[in-house]
Amino acid sequence: MGPTVSKLLVVLAAAAAAGVLIGLYVSKLTTDAGSPSYTLPVRSVAGHPVVDLTVETVAAVGPSLSPGHPDWVSYLVRDTQGKWRRSTVWRLPANATVHMTIYNFDGASGLRNPLYARPQGVDGNIMIVDGKPLKVMPPDDASHTFAVAQYGLVVPIAPVPDAAKNPCDYAPCALTSAHRTIQFTFHTGAKGHYRWQCLVPCAAGWLYGFGGPMQTIGYMDGFLDVV
Amino acid sequence: MSTVTATEPNHAKRVIVAWVVLSAIATPLVALFAGPAFPPGNASAQGAQQVSDNTWMVAVLTPIICLLVVFFAYALTQFRHTGGELVDGPPLRNDNRIQVLWLVASAVVVLFFAGFGTYELLQNGSGGGQGPSPIAVPGGTKLPVQVIAQQWEFTYRYPTYGGLETSELFLPADTTIEFHVTSLDAIHSFWAFELGIKADANPGVDNVAFLETKGPRTFHIHCAELCGLWHGYMFSTGHIVPESQFTAWVKQQQQNFAPVAKYLPPYAKTYYPDPQRRAG
Repeated sequence: MGPTVSKLLVVLAAAAAAGVLIGLYVSKLTTDAGSPSYTLPVRSVAGHPVVDLTVETVAAVGPSLSPGHPDWVSYLVRDTQGKWRRSTVWRLPANATVHMTIYNFDGASGLRNPLYARPQGVDGNIMIVDGKPLKVMPPDDASHTFAVAQYGLVVPIAPVPDAAKNPCDYAPCALTSAHRTIQFTFHTGAKGHYRWQCLVPCAAGWLYGFGGPMQTIGYMDGFLDVV
Repeated sequence: MSTVTATEPNHAKRVIVAWVVLSAIATPLVALFAGPAFPPGNASAQGAQQVSDNTWMVAVLTPIICLLVVFFAYALTQFRHTGGELVDGPPLRNDNRIQVLWLVASAVVVLFFAGFGTYELLQNGSGGGQGPSPIAVPGGTKLPVQVIAQQWEFTYRYPTYGGLETSELFLPADTTIEFHVTSLDAIHSFWAFELGIKADANPGVDNVAFLETKGPRTFHIHCAELCGLWHGYMFSTGHIVPESQFTAWVKQQQQNFAPVAKYLPPYAKTYYPDPQRRAG
């Protein structure tokens, strides 16, 4: 084997190794590798699968849940023990009814596209905010959204007022802190891997407000693993 | 060192005969069977035009490719060293006739495609974005539809229906559509590949593209410009429906989105959203 061939093999091996590392990094970012999936308990109502999905939205995930990015805005899911988990990949049954409750502890950011101020893709195209039905909210007041494009689902999330007393600085946030409660119902369809995201540009300090936590699984977006 | 002195057969004649025979067989087959199967398909006038253009192109290119294939195959089989002493071949000589023929033939093919492509492009824009002042404008009445991209969804506005904005794209069949493509944040690209339409979505830019729909069908919409980590998930399904169904759909959407209508900005060719509190 000549020196030229040896050099070529070294270059090829280095390129292959770099490719594998890049692939693993991208996979970690784009799959649930960085956020273990959480299987939600399913109950049966007249033989129909029903899931109660409870999440909270926080302005800063905090050092205890995310030492690497304590200031990132985030969603958390509540498990059966009532603990808040940093997981945004949720396993749901197919063709199920999902009653979703979002406790929001964050303030307003504002929608870039006001269309998303209208709940869509949920039962009645209505959301319940602090117990009151709402068909639309002022776009500038939106704190976040929960959106699943493949379901045509968008729900804007009402904000905690700036002047609210007892705000929550870091997650996990207890319900004794100032918060808003948003409830709605949607239906999972066929089995599949459905991506969800926030459509409010709420990632402070990032280009267009859509970098960092907005593009990283485990914070402001994730998947519905419908099985 | 010795040279080849044996009498050589007429290689040029052999190659030309083989080339003519292969081209006479392959070119009609490619034009009649392969070309029409090329994407994007015949779901729109622009798509059908692209299929036709691609068919013309491969039909013209087939004899050229045949010549290369025949020449290489002939050279590999006939000019192969089969044993004995390795000797030089006969000296290569310049032949002005072949050079001129090659240059003229290449120029004719390239100029033909330049002229043909320009002519085709000017017919209806071939489904491409033409910027804010399009040159190739199809005749007749057009339905304006605005495509608004944002990370990572498309929405659509219908200015002739009171600025209605929806999350889904519905188009009437057998209608000329005038797309106005823009973005609210990063650079995206609106690509409905079965329809043969693709136009960049740039913030602050009104990119106009035309589409002449045919019969009812569904089609896929993808973002075709890397616009962030979730670019790959920026896709949806569009629908071409009969005129009556389109009208009914518009009414239903107007009712559905009535609560948010007062918050939508007036229809404009581009939008500069107010700075958001965190995003700037």
